[in-house]
Amino acid sequence: MSEATLCLLRLADEQHSLEDYQSGVPRWCPGCGDNAILSAVQRLCRDEGLRPEKTVFISGIGCSSRFPHYMKTYGLHGIHGRALPIAEGVRMARRDLDVFVNTGDGDCCSIGAAHWIHAIRYNMNLTVMLHDNEIYGLTKKQASPTSPKGLRSNTTPGGAWLEALNPVQVTLGVQNASFVAQVVDWIPELLYDVLHRAWKHRGFSFVHIVQRCPEWLPNQFEPFVRDPSKVALVHHERGLSISPSLAKVYRNQIQHDPRDIDGARKIASQRDPIPVGILYHDPSVPCYEDLRRGNQPPHSAALVKKGLEKQFDKFTIWPQTAEAAD
Amino acid sequence: MNETAIATSPVILAPRVLDEHIVEVISDSGEGAQRCGQVLGAIAARMGNGVWSEEIIPAEIRPPQRSTAGASGNRIRLRAGRVTNGGGETDLVIAFNEQVLLGRVRAGALKPGCIILLENCWRDDRDASVSAAYTKVHDELVAAGYAVYEIPMEQQCRRLVADPRRGKNMFALGILCAIYGLSRDLAREQVRIAFGGKDSTVVERNITLLEAGLSWADRHLALRFSIPATPVTEPQLVINGNIALALGVLASGMEVCAMYPITPATSASHYLTSAFEAVGGVVHQAEDEIAACAFAIGASYAGKCSVTITSGPGYSLKQEGIGLAVMAEIPLVVVNVQRGGPSTGQPTKIEQGDLLTTIFGSHGDAPKIVLAPASVEECFYAVITARKLAETFRMVVVVLSDAALATSQVAVPRPTFDPAWLAPPVNQSPVPAGKPPYDWDPLTGLSERFIPGQPGGMHTITGLAHDRLSHVAYDPESNELGLEARSRKLAALAKTLRPPVVHGDEEGDLLLVGWGSTRGAIEEAVDRLRAEGHRISSLHLLFLQPMAPGIGDIMRKFRKVLAVEANWSDRPDGALFDDETRRYSALALLLRSRTLIDIDCWGQVTGQPIKPDAIVRAARAKLGTIAGDAK
Ligand SMILES: Cc1ncc(C[n+]2csc(CCOP(=O)(O)OP(=O)(O)O)c2C)c(N)n1
Ligand code: SF4
Ligand SMILES: [Mg+2]
Repeated sequence: MSEATLCLLRLADEQHSLEDYQSGVPRWCPGCGDNAILSAVQRLCRDEGLRPEKTVFISGIGCSSRFPHYMKTYGLHGIHGRALPIAEGVRMARRDLDVFVNTGDGDCCSIGAAHWIHAIRYNMNLTVMLHDNEIYGLTKKQASPTSPKGLRSNTTPGGAWLEALNPVQVTLGVQNASFVAQVVDWIPELLYDVLHRAWKHRGFSFVHIVQRCPEWLPNQFEPFVRDPSKVALVHHERGLSISPSLAKVYRNQIQHDPRDIDGARKIASQRDPIPVGILYHDPSVPCYEDLRRGNQPPHSAALVKKGLEKQFDKFTIWPQTAEAAD
Repeated sequence: MNETAIATSPVILAPRVLDEHIVEVISDSGEGAQRCGQVLGAIAARMGNGVWSEEIIPAEIRPPQRSTAGASGNRIRLRAGRVTNGGGETDLVIAFNEQVLLGRVRAGALKPGCIILLENCWRDDRDASVSAAYTKVHDELVAAGYAVYEIPMEQQCRRLVADPRRGKNMFALGILCAIYGLSRDLAREQVRIAFGGKDSTVVERNITLLEAGLSWADRHLALRFSIPATPVTEPQLVINGNIALALGVLASGMEVCAMYPITPATSASHYLTSAFEAVGGVVHQAEDEIAACAFAIGASYAGKCSVTITSGPGYSLKQEGIGLAVMAEIPLVVVNVQRGGPSTGQPTKIEQGDLLTTIFGSHGDAPKIVLAPASVEECFYAVITARKLAETFRMVVVVLSDAALATSQVAVPRPTFDPAWLAPPVNQSPVPAGKPPYDWDPLTGLSERFIPGQPGGMHTITGLAHDRLSHVAYDPESNELGLEARSRKLAALAKTLRPPVVHGDEEGDLLLVGWGSTRGAIEEAVDRLRAEGHRISSLHLLFLQPMAPGIGDIMRKFRKVLAVEANWSDRPDGALFDDETRRYSALALLLRSRTLIDIDCWGQVTGQPIKPDAIVRAARAKLGTIAGDAK
């Protein structure tokens, strides 16, 4: 085969279809918001022609963390709360891979909260989806840190005691935040656009996705789904631009420059209407893996030998030389 | 009487020839006793003496000056032949103040009547309480029979340097070199090496101090010892167990080490950081040990096997991650430099308390490979072996070191680089169509892992029960198949191991069994008892899981077997402890269940290394019961 034919074949190879990214039948409940997230991600992979073997999905434990099983890419369905540090290890070892993270509100904001804070600081190139259904889905309806005050659950039958934690506000409060967005599962076009921008950002792209859980909280987001005025579209020429059709439905709009962190924090504090779009974007924050490995020579046998001998030299005592003997 | 050696011109007799001597250099922290001890050890090792040095570390970073809890320094066992452990009590100590010395006396570290070289500047201290304290301790020690020599270190050093507190250590080194008749040229050379990174005035100042110590001893001190040396012909590394572990990480070809600071493991990572970076590796200080373990797992999953280094509390935190690596068959090396436990325990002290938690740790059946290096040299090779086993068997390999190895500095043969140590490049070749990600071999349980980047190998690995396709599977057959495959890997490895070699005769009255850092002390005890005519031998296990074959057969050739370990076991004679209630030491428990042999155990958990003397006493007692049985 000639080089040219090979090249053409490879091109054809890289024309992917949705099926190339689909694996198995998702086992989420009908109407579960996770389905919408999965579709958006599969479309993103197809449109950007991500090579399935070079793409990795890492998750913790929860309904949402089943996500990697439904992608025909590499995936690691890990342990509860630890998706982020696992994904960081993957990135540190392999800067040639596209790494996505799927994590739930319990997974990220409760058991994994320490890792979340530090992941923001590391700013490694990861696309992180926080599937926030404001409840523990998999373990059957316990309050999560993002459950609103007063929410009745199996552990808070009289209503949740505490104010909910706001993941976007938290993220925007940590040094080195570089991409922070919020979106809802029921506006597919926006979900796609935001995820697309998140993937394009080199750094820790944090996408807080308001995700419906019809099984445990069937009415939680109904008012927001039904009434477009309860969603505020955040747009800007440097952020998302909104299509005319969307703009027609969602009249509630906020012009916001994603470089403006104070503005982003103000918008993030708002809960009704839900602000949706890119809140903050700073492409200049360096990635930890680049800081650590960007200027490093590639690890090789020759280098290890050289380095090792140098270290040995440091600790070596040589046999007593004739001159030294007295 | 004030027995000082100060005479204008001592009559130096021929040196007393000794088989061994244990020397201590102690000071307040920051006064450089450590450096003095290290250089002394290096000089003696270069001359061809066996050398084993241990750090004396105060529990606090900056303990108050002149306090009994503040002793900082080094303890060096110098020997005519090979030395495998720190030995017994100290024969000669040079102390920069009487309080740190008193701390060592109270800790029982010194031989009764041993030689004490004591800084005497305190005698005339302007603070009357200091001079009173000095005189009191001095007089008590003299009365107790110690051979106390007062040395005007500060007074002598003040003539040469502005701050004698920072220079005494090299003056002390000079005195010690004179006493032990060490090569003066080598001493100068080693001081130069020790201060090599500093500018030349620093080096010269320290050489001057060394010379001053030498000539002061020539003029004023009559003590002379000689420990015959066998000239070395090969280069050696003077390193401690943590440096050896770190060099092992480097040599194994791993690329990522994730850690969180914890005593006594941290110094391995400190040292590794820049050395590793220079060859393209990364030491990542994670936000906690859970993250460190997860990070290492992620890096292993996507590339070469990675390592995480920790100690007890951190090791506990890693357990869930270790379980994930076991279940998903992600290679991982975990180094646990054990310290005293449970809980925060004794961070700087010695204990072999984590064997059972290592073997049985993480919930469910979580088989992993467990190796325990018994010497500083083995620390280096254990990491290389661990990496290789982790990759070959897709398993977690735990290397159990401990605080004793971590802080013991010895001379080991300089390893010759072997390319086979290194991990091969990450496999990125296409996976043949239809090959399952857990293609468990029915006999060995082994399967080849697919690494992200390999075309055609896409799959999601999971900590949930899964089948050969890595699909979540809760059916009974799949579950048992997975459990069996993971267990088979241990059996397969066991079949490749050789039976351990008995130290001493292969049959006899008593067999001591041990693991890890106690090897040198156990074997020395055995040698001493054998020299007395006892029929005693010992066995030391490098592999704790799986165990090498033939161990039961070896034991059956002895009338009694006694496990010797630095972990807790109930004394058989204590109140309430009887056959039903007595808790055995870790290795004894494991060996009893494997071999059905009635293995007894003895141990100490004093925080100090078990000394050969103590083992001799315990073994003698056990031998006594055997003799009693025979009657
Ligand atoms: C260490 C540990 N603790 C608890 C659990 C049980 N557990 C599994 S998922 C989950 C919470 C899931 O909630 P969330 O992260 O919000 O995900 P969702 O199911 O809502 O998508 C819990 C508590 C576990 N698997 N591991
Ligand atoms: S329980 Fe809720 S979150 Fe889980 S799959 Fe069902 S709808 Fe989705
Ligand atoms: Mg949830």
